[in-house]
Formats: sequence, structure tokens, C-alpha cells
Amino acid sequence: MTDMSTTLAGVTFPNPVFTASGCAAAGRELDQFFDVTQIGGVVTKSIMLNARSGRATPRMAETPSGMLNSIGLQGPGIEEFLTKDLAWLEKRGARAVVSIAGGSVEDYALLAQKLRGHKAVSMVEVNISCPNVEDRGQVFACDPRASSNVVDAVRRNTTPGIPVFAKLSPDVTDITTIARACVDAGADGLSVINTLLGMVIDTTTMRPALAGLTGGLSGPAIRPVAVRFVWQVHQALPHVPILGMGGIRTGLDALEFVLAGASAVSVGTTVFGDPTAPVRVLAELQQALEQRGIARLADAVGLAHRPPETYVPERPDPVGDELVSTDVFEEHS
Amino acid sequence: MPLQVAGEILSIKKVGAYQAVTVIAPGIPELTRPGHFLAVQVGGPESSMLLRRAFAIYDVKDRGVYGGTVEFVFSVHGKGTAWLSQRRAGDKLDVVGPLGKPFRLPKSAVNVTLVGGGYGTAPLLPLAAALRERGCRVDIVLGAGGSDRLFGLLDAKRMADSVAVTTDDGSSGTRGRVSDVLPAVLDKSQADVVYACGPMAMLRAVSDIAAARGIPCQVAVEESMACGIGVCMTCVLPVVGEDGLTRMVRSCVEGPVFLGDRVRWDDVGTVPADAVGAPRA
Repeated sequence: MTDMSTTLAGVTFPNPVFTASGCAAAGRELDQFFDVTQIGGVVTKSIMLNARSGRATPRMAETPSGMLNSIGLQGPGIEEFLTKDLAWLEKRGARAVVSIAGGSVEDYALLAQKLRGHKAVSMVEVNISCPNVEDRGQVFACDPRASSNVVDAVRRNTTPGIPVFAKLSPDVTDITTIARACVDAGADGLSVINTLLGMVIDTTTMRPALAGLTGGLSGPAIRPVAVRFVWQVHQALPHVPILGMGGIRTGLDALEFVLAGASAVSVGTTVFGDPTAPVRVLAELQQALEQRGIARLADAVGLAHRPPETYVPERPDPVGDELVSTDVFEEHS
Repeated sequence: MPLQVAGEILSIKKVGAYQAVTVIAPGIPELTRPGHFLAVQVGGPESSMLLRRAFAIYDVKDRGVYGGTVEFVFSVHGKGTAWLSQRRAGDKLDVVGPLGKPFRLPKSAVNVTLVGGGYGTAPLLPLAAALRERGCRVDIVLGAGGSDRLFGLLDAKRMADSVAVTTDDGSSGTRGRVSDVLPAVLDKSQADVVYACGPMAMLRAVSDIAAARGIPCQVAVEESMACGIGVCMTCVLPVVGEDGLTRMVRSCVEGPVFLGDRVRWDDVGTVPADAVGAPRA
């Protein structure tokens, strides 16, 4: 049995499969389909200080192997989130990764304060792909200084020992610059990646399909892009834990992220079509690691970065005489 | 509590301009009430279409040679429904259901008028049966573009005290819209409650007519959905709550059945400025 536990900045989770922010609400709906305590953690939909209605409809367009969304961070605001959603997760015994979003550095600081000391919070994910109202709507995640300011504010206001992960946007020239800025400001880890900005034109109405005009592209269509970003960030910052995401549909998809450098993964858009996907992906990932003779998930993290001479057969015969020894992996870790 | 079932198609048949699919999906029929819907995976396991398609549940049978079955009706609109139309008996079909809040039934034997547009009639037929069981008088108004798009006319005639039909092209019944004949039906039947399912414009017209007469009206809306289970937040519409405040609510879990006079029909597709959490100007 492969040891599936994973440690993210000092906090150990029983396994590396999480939900993705905005694709699981706060876990309650999915708990009807699978036991949400069985996965690594529930990453909740980004919460803001105040209630927010989100954008007009249509908010969604299906695209080849993906979808475009423009929800606009609809949510009840932090107070109702604490009393209803987080309280439910706590009672349920699920590990909560709370995603926060704001329009100013102060918003983020206040959100972190609200979460401070809350027993149910295992980790905080900072959604920095939001427009900064104090900087002409420039998205925090696109500017190293703005990203750094937000992460610093959240880290300073978060319970010590609770990891703060910054969720990076792929819509930047050099993601490693932003990644470094976040880590230098105190981020304990990085979530890689958020959606890619996209657009669909409805050829019948001959207008943009979404009321918000543009939207975030997610799903398997973006998976190779996401794997590339995880690879680049891990290469640049090999000691920083990564929560990898972007189009994961199967255990082998998840394994790609792990091999590229992710210590844990989020299953997002796939949940919309397959509500039990997180537990299925977990079982498939475990099986894939076992088939490859990998005793611990942690041994596979970043394994694709090892030099070619340490090549390991891709599919060792699990019943063959010569099982691949995990010793060959020690060189990397 | 909805189930995800790896089902198998028992039959798929053409009904006028529509197709009706019966899926062997044990466990779902026992939980289903009229107004519930089903979210159906399309394109197979390697499909590039990630999102489920939502359909109102038409008929369920909780026992039989093959176990429980659930039936829904659809029309080919895009790639997903085109794929569905190519399925045959024996093919696998992954379904999630029953989803949403069903129609609420009146406590006593009152006079009820049902209004169905196109294949929106499908969930109203099991509702009619349930209402008849309670001793309600049931009058049905069916409308469609043309006679091939009228669904369930025979069933309606079998169950209802009266059936009125309208078509846009006049190929069946009265030429025009259901809203043209509804006032007369409501008066004649002395309707106490109205239920409707069909296109949004029809639901709005029916709600307005019912509201003008002070008749409670429940409508099952059809909004574009990605998940059907309450996690994606795409199927929202502005609805007035019991506290008088407008919220953008999910039609998949808070609906699809709403009180007609609670839906802000003028504002569907927008976020009204007075909605909870609306952007401040």
C-alpha cells in the first residue's frame, strides 16, 4: 500500500487529493455523493468580506474539453460563511482549506483575521486573481508587488502554523517572478494554476456568449498548460510545496502534476460532470503509484525533474521478479 | 439525496419531434417526485463535453424486470443532445438524480390547472397523476410551435377534466399561445392553483396571468446549468425570498420549481441593483 499522506508546509494531510476552489461550494453538496472527510481537504469557494451577487447570466459556456465561467465570486460574505459553511465542515470533520478573495490588501487582512484561530481551518488559499480596486482594477496576481502585499497581509494575520498558499494566475509573462514574490512575502506554498482568461462568441447572436464578456477557462483543455506551470514553479522553487490543479480528470492526470512537482492536487471542473471524481481520482492515483512500485506519494513529487540516466521503466510489472526499488528515487529527494 | 448511477438505456423512442429515453437507474425512482430533474452525462467517458445535461423527469417505475427505471424527454439542441439521440437500448448512460426541489402538492382536493409548453409538459403528467390521486380537479393547457411538438396530449386527455391546446402555427387546437386561452380555462375551472413548465417566456406569461387573479402558481424553470448539484453557481436567477429580499438563487437546488410571483421575470439574465450583494454603482 502506497503511503498517500502528504505534508504541506508542516501540515500533514491523509492524502493529496483536494477539491478546487469554486468547484465544490463548501463541500456540503458533494458530501451527498462521497464522504468529504475521505479526501485530503475541501477547498472552499473564495469568500469575500461581504455578500456578493456575482455577475449576470449567462455565466458559463462549454468549450472543447473545458468550460468558460464568469461567476463573479458570488457568495454570502465571511460572517455567514463562518456560521454556516465552516461550521458545517467542522461538524462534519472535514479538513477545510479556505479560499479568500478581496478587492484591497486590507480586505485580505480582515478576512485572515476572521479565520484566525478557527479550529476547522487547515490551510488558507489566497485567491489573488482579483481586481485591485485601489489600482484601477489591476489584478493582484499579475503584479509581483501587489501579490506580495496581499500575501504578507494574509500571512501576518493568519494563525501561525496554518499554511498560507497563494493561488497563481497563468495569465502572466513569467510565473516564477510572481511565485518568488509570494514566497518572499511569506507564502508557505503555491496553488498552481487559476483559470486562463478566455472568450466565446455566440455565432447565432454574434455577441460574446457570457454576460461578463470574458471568463476563466478550466477543464482538461488547460491541463498541459497547468502541468507546464507546475514544472516551472517547482524547478524555480524546489522546496516550496505546490497544490497543483488544472483539468485533472483521472488518477494519471493527477500523477502528471505530482511528477511535475505538486505535493497535492485539486480536482475542479471535472466534479461538475462527475460529482464523485475526487474519490475516484484518489483511488486511481494510489493504484498508479502502486503499479509503479512507489511506496510513498512523497517520493513521486517532482520525479519528472530527475536526470534521464535515472530512468525508471514507466510501467514496471507489479508481479514481476524485479520490482523497481524505491532506492533510485532517493537521489532526487 | 441524489444518486449517481451508471445506468443502462432500456429504450429510446421518437415521440413527435422529441425523443423519450428510459434508463435503468436503480434507486432513483423511489426518491423521485414530480418536478425533480436528472443530470445526464453525454459523449461517453472520454468525451470532450464535460458538463451534464439536465432534463425534467417524466416517468419513473420503481420496480420491473430490469429494476427501477427513469424516463426523460428531450429535443436535439446541440452536440450533447445530438449524441444522446444516437444512443440505443443497451448503451450505458450515467445519470445523477433526482435533483432539485419538486412541485409542492396542495393539501386538499382543489382545482388545479397545469400549463405545459413543448416537452415541458413531461414533468406535469406525473404531477397530474399525483393530483388526481388526491382528488383534485385537473385541467391542462398544452402549447407548442406545431402539433409535432405537443407532448403527452393523449395522456393529458386521459387524466384531465379538460385539455386546451394551442399551437403557434395553428396545426392543432387554437392558433396562438397558451396565454391566449389560459384566462378562460382558469375561469371555467375555478382554478385554485396553477403549475407550469416550459420556456421562460411562457412561464412569465402564465405567472402574470395567475398573479393578476391572485392564484398561487408554481413554475419549473429551465436555466443553463453546468453541474445540476449546486456547486457551480451558473444557473442563478433573481428570486424574492420570504424576507422580501432579492437574491441570485441557484435554480438547480433552490429550484427548479419556484413560486411564479417570486421570480423577477423582468430581471432574469441580470443582477438587479437591489439584489443582496449587488455591485454598488
